[in-house]
Amino acid sequence: MNTLISPHKGVFLDYSIKLGGEGGQGIDTMGSVLAQLFSRAGYHVFTHQEYESRVRGGHNFFQMRLSDAPVCASRAPIDILVAMDRASIPVHAAELAPGGMAIYDGRATKESHEGAQFLSIPFVDLALEHGKNRIMANIVATGAVLGMLGIDLQLLFAIIRQTLAKKGEATVTANMDSARAGHEYAVRECLKCAFIAAPGGPGKILISGNDAIGVGAVVSGCKFYTAYPMTPATGILNYMAGKELSHSIVVEQAEDEIGAINMALGASFGGVRAMTGSSGGGFALMVEGLSLAAMTETPVVIALAQRPAPATGLPTRTEQADLLFALHAGHGEFPRVIFAPGSPEQCLYLTNKAFDMAEKYQIPAFILTDQYLADSAWTYDSFDQDRIVFNDYRVRGEAFQGLGEYKRHAYTESGVTPQGTPGDGTHLVVTDSDEHDEEGHLVEDALTRVRMVEKRLFRKLPLLAEEISPPLMYGEGEAETVIVGWGSTYGVMKEAVDILAGSHKIALLHFSEIYPFPSVKKLDYLTLLEKATRAVCVENNATGQFASLMRRETGFLFRDRINRYDGRPFTVESLLAELKNVMDAGKGTKRGEN
Amino acid sequence: MAKFEDFEGRTSAWCPGCGNFGILKSFKQAMVELELEPHQFTIVSGIGQSGKFPHYVRCNTFNGLHGRSLPVATGLRLANHRMPVFAFAGDGDCYGEGGNHLTHAIRRNINVKLFVHDNQIYGLTKGQPSPTSMEGTVSKIQPMGLISESFNPVAYATALDCSFVARGYAGDGDHLKELIKKAVNHQGFSLVDILQPCVTFNKVNTYDWYKERCYYLEPEYDSHNRIKAFERALEYGERIPLGVLYKSERPCYEDRVPAIEAMPLVKQVSAPPVLKELMEEFF
Repeated sequence: MNTLISPHKGVFLDYSIKLGGEGGQGIDTMGSVLAQLFSRAGYHVFTHQEYESRVRGGHNFFQMRLSDAPVCASRAPIDILVAMDRASIPVHAAELAPGGMAIYDGRATKESHEGAQFLSIPFVDLALEHGKNRIMANIVATGAVLGMLGIDLQLLFAIIRQTLAKKGEATVTANMDSARAGHEYAVRECLKCAFIAAPGGPGKILISGNDAIGVGAVVSGCKFYTAYPMTPATGILNYMAGKELSHSIVVEQAEDEIGAINMALGASFGGVRAMTGSSGGGFALMVEGLSLAAMTETPVVIALAQRPAPATGLPTRTEQADLLFALHAGHGEFPRVIFAPGSPEQCLYLTNKAFDMAEKYQIPAFILTDQYLADSAWTYDSFDQDRIVFNDYRVRGEAFQGLGEYKRHAYTESGVTPQGTPGDGTHLVVTDSDEHDEEGHLVEDALTRVRMVEKRLFRKLPLLAEEISPPLMYGEGEAETVIVGWGSTYGVMKEAVDILAGSHKIALLHFSEIYPFPSVKKLDYLTLLEKATRAVCVENNATGQFASLMRRETGFLFRDRINRYDGRPFTVESLLAELKNVMDAGKGTKRGEN
Repeated sequence: MAKFEDFEGRTSAWCPGCGNFGILKSFKQAMVELELEPHQFTIVSGIGQSGKFPHYVRCNTFNGLHGRSLPVATGLRLANHRMPVFAFAGDGDCYGEGGNHLTHAIRRNINVKLFVHDNQIYGLTKGQPSPTSMEGTVSKIQPMGLISESFNPVAYATALDCSFVARGYAGDGDHLKELIKKAVNHQGFSLVDILQPCVTFNKVNTYDWYKERCYYLEPEYDSHNRIKAFERALEYGERIPLGVLYKSERPCYEDRVPAIEAMPLVKQVSAPPVLKELMEEFF
C-alpha cells in the first residue's frame, strides 16, 4: 500500500518511522533497538531524535529512515508513526505520508482516532498478558512495527537475548513473548500495512556522531578524557568511560569545565593524549584554559557540541551558532584548528586528524558538532584503518635522554619544539602561562616576546594551513546554484541536491575543515561560486556566521542565505521549501520558522 | 644524590625579606633530604608571587593560571602517578579563585602535595585583602575594613576529611622542612598551609605578630583524632598551632583507577587499538 518512492533513482524502499512518547518512556531505547535491527538486516538507516530538557514527561520523538540506498537526513513524511503518548497523534498525525499508518494504544489512553491511517493496538494489555509487566508495552510496539513491515522477529530476538541475557531467562522470554504478541496483532489487524520490506544486504555499522568522536579519540591513542556533563556532549563522556577498562583510558568527571580543560592540559603536559568536551556554556568556562594551552604549547583536543544559546538557551535542541565563538575564544592571539564534521564518518576521521594536528603543532584543536549530529546515527559498510593517522610526536625515554640539551620552547624553523616528557631522562620540561624564554622561564623583555609570538603563531600558521583539506564538492560541476554549508547540515543538503539534481544544475560545497580556512589551491571553490548564478549559504543559525567567515577569509559575499534558528534542524522538506523561495525570488530569506 | 645547589633556579623577583624565601629554602632542603633529583618531580603553580616559585627551583615546571594549579596537578598525576607532583599556590589563588578545585582535590584524595603561601594579602596586585585576611583589614578597596570573616583553610580541610592537614610558618625553616617531608611521604592529598609574612603590604601579620602567637603541637598530640584536630584547627588569633593537625589514611585516587594499576598511563602510550576492534559493537 505504501507507495512512497524515494527520489533516489532506482530505489524502492525508503520508509520513515517516528516514535513519539514522553520522557522516561523508553522511546530512545525502542528507537535504538529498531535502528540496530534494521542496520543488522542490511538496510541503510538514519536516525535523529528530539527531546525536551526534562527527565520525565513532555513529548520526545525518535525518528528513523530505513532504505536500500544510503540516507543521511530525516524526511518529513512519516510512514509509520508509533504513538506511545497522547501527544504524538495531534502533534505528528499531519506528517503522515499518503498510505502512512499511525499505531497507538487507544485502550490505554481511552482515545480513539477514526480513519484508515489509525490503528489502535493494545500495547499495555498485550504487555500485561504476555510479559506480565506494563513496561513491556515498548517491546509490544516494536514487534508491531516489524509486523507492519513484514519483517520477522529473529533479529529482534537476537538483540533481546544479547542485551537482556544478564537479567535472566524469564526476562528474555517475557520480552520475546511480548514482541511476538505485538507482531501477530499487527499482522492480523493491519490489513492496510503492506509495506514492502525488500531484503537488505550484509549487516552495517550504525553509529552516532558522539560515538564516532569517541571511536576517533580511542583510535588516535587518547588516554585521558575529562569533562563536566553537559548536553549534547555527554555522549562522548559516556563512550570514553565505557572504554576505561578495555583500553586503559582514564576518564575523569571534573568538578567544572575549568577543571576539565586544566586537567587535560596537566595530562597532556605529562605525556599523554588528552581531550575534553562540552557545549557552549561549558566551553565558555574553558576559555582561559584554551589560552593557557596556546601559551604553554600544550596539545589538547576539545569537542564543542553546539546547542542553542545564549546562556542556557534550548538545552536539548540544535544550532550551529558557536563557530565564531570557537574561532575567537581565548585572550590574545594564537593558532588553532577547527573541524566541523558533517557526518559520523567525518566525526571519526576528523577527530583523528584533530589529535594528530594538536600533537604535531602543539596547539588546541576543535571538533565542532551540534545536538543534531551528536545524537544522529548513520549506517556504513565499514571504516578504513588506512585513513587513521598515528604518529607519536613526543620525545620520550632514551630519545629524550639522548638529546644534548633541551629547551621546551626553543626557537625552531617550524615553530615547533620537540615536546619532552617530564621524568624521562634528566632534562627538565618547563613551561609557563607567562611569556617565557626558550627554557620556559618567565620573561618580560620585548625581543623575546616578539620571537615567541613568531614561533607560536606566524611560523606554525602556514604549516597548519597546508594541512587543511578543501571543502567537499557534490553535484553538478557547472552548477547554476551552489549551496554552501558546514558541519551538521551536510546530510540534509546532500539529500536536497539529490532531489533537485533532476531539474536543476545544482551543487553542494560542504566545509568540514574550517580553520585555518581552506585555500583554493587544492579546490578552486571560489571560481565555482563566482560562476554560479546563485550561491546560497545554508546555516542553522540566525546571523550567518560561516558566511561572515567566508567574507573575511576570501572576500566572497553571499547574496543568498538560508538561516534556521528555531532550535530545530533542517529537514529535507524545510530546506527544499526555502531553496524554492530563494530560487523563485532570486534573493535570500532569513526566516527562522519553516 | 642531588645537592642543595642542584635545585638552584632563576634569580627571584620577590621583595627582600619576603617570607617566600624561607619556604624556598625549606623546600630545597626537603628535596635533598628526600633524595629527589630535579628531573624526578614536577611543580605546578598558579598566579601570584607563589606562582613564581617553580622558576626558583630547578625542576620540571608547569606554571599555569590563577587558581588552577590543582586540576593541572591532578591531570599530571593521572598521566604519570609515579612522579611526585607538588602544587604551590597562594591564599587568593587557592582559597579564592581555586576554591572549587581545592574541595574536589580533597574529595578525590589525589596524591598531590599542596603548599599554600598564606600571607593574608594580595601582594602581586598590591595590597587587597585575601580570603584569609582578618575581619576588619583596611585596604584601598576596603577603606572601612573588611566585612567578611576570615577563611580558615585548616578547619575547612579537616571538615572535608582531607587526608593530611598541616600548618607551617615561613619563619621557622627547620620545622617547615620537616612538615614538607611529612607531607611528601604521606600517601594522599596533603595541604600544608604556610603562614608567610608579606613585608610590603601586610603590616599586621608580621614576623613579630606570628612569633608572639605561633606554638608547636605537643609531641603527644594525636593527629588522627578528627574532633580534636578540628578544635585545634579552629584555634587562630591569640594562639596559632603549627604542625600536622590532621591525618587520615584514606586510599589515594590513583590507587583506585584500574587503567593505571599496572603502570602509569604515560608508559602505556604505544600504537592505539585498530579501528575494526572498536567497530564491532556498532554492527
